[in-house]
Amino acid sequence: MVPASYYLILAAILFVLGGIGVLIRRSALVMLMSVELMLAGANLTLVTYSRFLGKVDGQAFAFLVMAVAAAEVAVGLAIAVSLVRHKDTTDVDEIDPC
Amino acid sequence: MELVVFLILAVLAVVSGAGVIAQRSATRSALFLLACFCCLAGLFILLNAQFVALAQVIVYAGAIVVLFLFVVLLIGIERVAEKPGPRKSERVAGILLGAMLLVGIVWAILATKGSTAAPLSRADNVREIGQLLLSGWAIPFEMAAVVLLVAIVGAAVLAKKRLEG
Repeated sequence: MVPASYYLILAAILFVLGGIGVLIRRSALVMLMSVELMLAGANLTLVTYSRFLGKVDGQAFAFLVMAVAAAEVAVGLAIAVSLVRHKDTTDVDEIDPC
Repeated sequence: MELVVFLILAVLAVVSGAGVIAQRSATRSALFLLACFCCLAGLFILLNAQFVALAQVIVYAGAIVVLFLFVVLLIGIERVAEKPGPRKSERVAGILLGAMLLVGIVWAILATKGSTAAPLSRADNVREIGQLLLSGWAIPFEMAAVVLLVAIVGAAVLAKKRLEG
């Protein structure tokens, strides 16, 4: 049996990779993908605790997180499409130069 | 044996996760995301969560990644690409912040006592979740349906060319 901490550390690595992606990438689409990566890491934590506590509630919650992730992607991509229509780019630095 | 499978899937997941944020091309990022989600589905099966693994493949790999690829091709690859610019310091700062966050989380995980796995329940995983979602979790389940409906309407309104009237 693989210890719980291995799964939790893997989930933390995926979450941090997603966070770094949001911080260093400039394309709005890739930032959305990084957010998906963070949500997937959180899901792995939920399922790990569900397995190690012997309750299915964590898996039900992971399922609801997936529904929210799907909704977020649908709205986020619609925003990206209308952004391209108005500003002709998805580069966040060009959209809001500081 | 289980540890070997876990290590293979974990390394593949981390490598493809790093590929998502390291690739310059958004199409390749989306394909690395697909690989990462497939590895996660394998890990969910290792954790005896067959239903979540199936939903992962259908929802994430089947719908979300396809939607990403569809939008990348719709708005044109050259518009998605980032122009190289002098942002070295911001990149270093981002990676440094991420590393600090990772050290904090790992420290917290290692500081807690390790727990042993609960015995596997003999019941059918899918049936168990179905009963749970429609009894104790009925209200959150219906709220998820409302969230999806609002997202569909919002996406349709946002992607529309021009509001009439």
